[in-house]
Amino acid sequence: MDFFLQLVINGIVVGSIYALVAMGFAIIFKSTSVLNFAQGEFLLVGAYISLMLLVRYKVPFYATILITLVFAVVLGLLIERLILRPMIGEPVISVIMVTLGLSSILRAIVQGIWGTDTQPYPEIFPSQPVMFGLVPVSRAHLWSMGCVIVLLVLFTLFFKYSRFGIAMRATAFSQQVALSMGISVRLMFALAWAIAAVVSAIGGILLGAMRTGVDQSLALIGLKTIPVVILGGLDSIPGAILGGLLIGIMENLAGGYLDPVFGGGVKEVAPFVILVAILMIKPYGLFGKVHIERV
Amino acid sequence: MATISCGDFKTSYAKDMAIFDSAFARWCLAIFLLALLTVPLYASSYWMDVINRVGIAVIGAVGLNILTGFTGQISLGNAAFMAVGAYTTAYLGAHVPGVPFVVTILLSGLVAAVVGMVFGVPSLRLKGLYLAMATLAAHFIIEFVATHWNDVTGGVAGVSVAPASFFKYSLDTDRQLFYLIFGLMFFMVFFAKNLFRTKVGKAFVAIRDQDISAEVMGVNLFKYKLMSFGISSFYVGVAGSLLAYQAKYISPENFPITLAIDYLAMIIIGGMGSILGSILGAVFITCLPELLRLGASSLSGTFPSLVGLFASLKLGVFGLAIVLFLIFEPDGMAERWRKIKTYWRLYPFSY
Repeated sequence: MDFFLQLVINGIVVGSIYALVAMGFAIIFKSTSVLNFAQGEFLLVGAYISLMLLVRYKVPFYATILITLVFAVVLGLLIERLILRPMIGEPVISVIMVTLGLSSILRAIVQGIWGTDTQPYPEIFPSQPVMFGLVPVSRAHLWSMGCVIVLLVLFTLFFKYSRFGIAMRATAFSQQVALSMGISVRLMFALAWAIAAVVSAIGGILLGAMRTGVDQSLALIGLKTIPVVILGGLDSIPGAILGGLLIGIMENLAGGYLDPVFGGGVKEVAPFVILVAILMIKPYGLFGKVHIERV
Repeated sequence: MATISCGDFKTSYAKDMAIFDSAFARWCLAIFLLALLTVPLYASSYWMDVINRVGIAVIGAVGLNILTGFTGQISLGNAAFMAVGAYTTAYLGAHVPGVPFVVTILLSGLVAAVVGMVFGVPSLRLKGLYLAMATLAAHFIIEFVATHWNDVTGGVAGVSVAPASFFKYSLDTDRQLFYLIFGLMFFMVFFAKNLFRTKVGKAFVAIRDQDISAEVMGVNLFKYKLMSFGISSFYVGVAGSLLAYQAKYISPENFPITLAIDYLAMIIIGGMGSILGSILGAVFITCLPELLRLGASSLSGTFPSLVGLFASLKLGVFGLAIVLFLIFEPDGMAERWRKIKTYWRLYPFSY
């Protein structure tokens, strides 16, 4: 039972990071119908920028967060303007490929500037874990869960009550209708990319702090988050959060119980097995908008 | 004998369907192919390796283009299907001695085709983005099998591949493999080119253009989509088999997800839904790192830091090429080539 509990709590903790990254996916997809395969690289850039500020320029932690986020906004806006806007109206495969190309470019820039070695991330949260009953949970993980909850509430309120949030939902519903209501669709697209970049940058900082080291493998989490967004429904933010937690728990359980049978590595592949199952049974996920097409 | 016709003067369907516009075009290709056959006589062993990789890439890219470019089914699983072909070759070489390479390559292609069709089943319900996800999952699942099925795949460590042999002859060097790879390449490209002049090929294109209309017109979606997955994976499996022969040692590291992205980049840059495009794209993407390496080493005297940056430079140029092509020439190099030909057609009276 203890083992089970430990696995579930680990799952929730990892899942909260998945949820954070998945939120970025969902925000972009919701308003622009683009699945951004470079989401993991946004994370990487955020982690490295914050690392550079903290270590080389000795900027205090809170200022670092602020500067990183401002940088993320600029990056998001630039990418939207330069790369994604010319792709409006192009087929799905082109849009997928352009984000894959973008991910290569971002990774190349990161490699060129910071190299490929793992760089130690300064200790931000005390390493002393907090005990939940008998299960220890690290502080960095608690912080990430806190961030996820705060961001979830913020975004729910944002999409429900703010002018921009409502305009973004309108854009997602129909770009033509949104335009005729006087909403600037371009502005909404730009906003979506900026928000997604910010969310990923937060994820990058948290992951850096959590792993106490930053390297290229951080970007892999972008691909691992794809089952999460599919499970939750591509265009649903609550879906992204719930999907993140579920996938986190399921991969930990699968890893914990099946690793002895298969000899390791089950944790890495379990989300993708789940992905195939979801696609077969319920392709639009738990909360996704169902799109029916029949002959 | 006209070299290039200056307008559309076709008077029969047969002429319209012809692969070669004029006898001149046919002669050009024949001379080019003959010249290609002489390459192993003078190319250095380094360039032999590059050229063989180009040949393999052409087969793989044509295969992927059949599925993605002509049938419109996005696949991120082609690196995994390639791995299936390669491991089949390694397994047959190790466990069934004396099997001629013709049989091995054929079986590798068939096994890959079967696996491809299994993972193609979701394509009945899924399309676009969702199918891309399903094939991405296929990649990771096959990769997991490759790293864990130690008896067949040798796990993470990999397996060595017995050289391609035909009774007592065996093809050990790149120079010998060249003729096998390019012979197969020629036949497979020729088959693909002709495939799209048949009923099956037309059905593929109909599915790509509008799947619902295709079904209304009596195209059995499931059958043809599966068939497309099968044919495409057969090509990719054969490419994997040749890759195994060329590399002589394979492990899961030979087939990362970035390989699948490389192949997608080939057909995007070359031209989706174009056989010529697959060839141009395969040549471009395979030669790009080599050209960069040449450039970097020749400039290393003036900029010594360039050598250290080579890996990131390669990655960055690759990404940039994809992005720039998609923005400025979304139809790829094949379209650019067509435009160049059209320009010269009426030269110097271009109006």
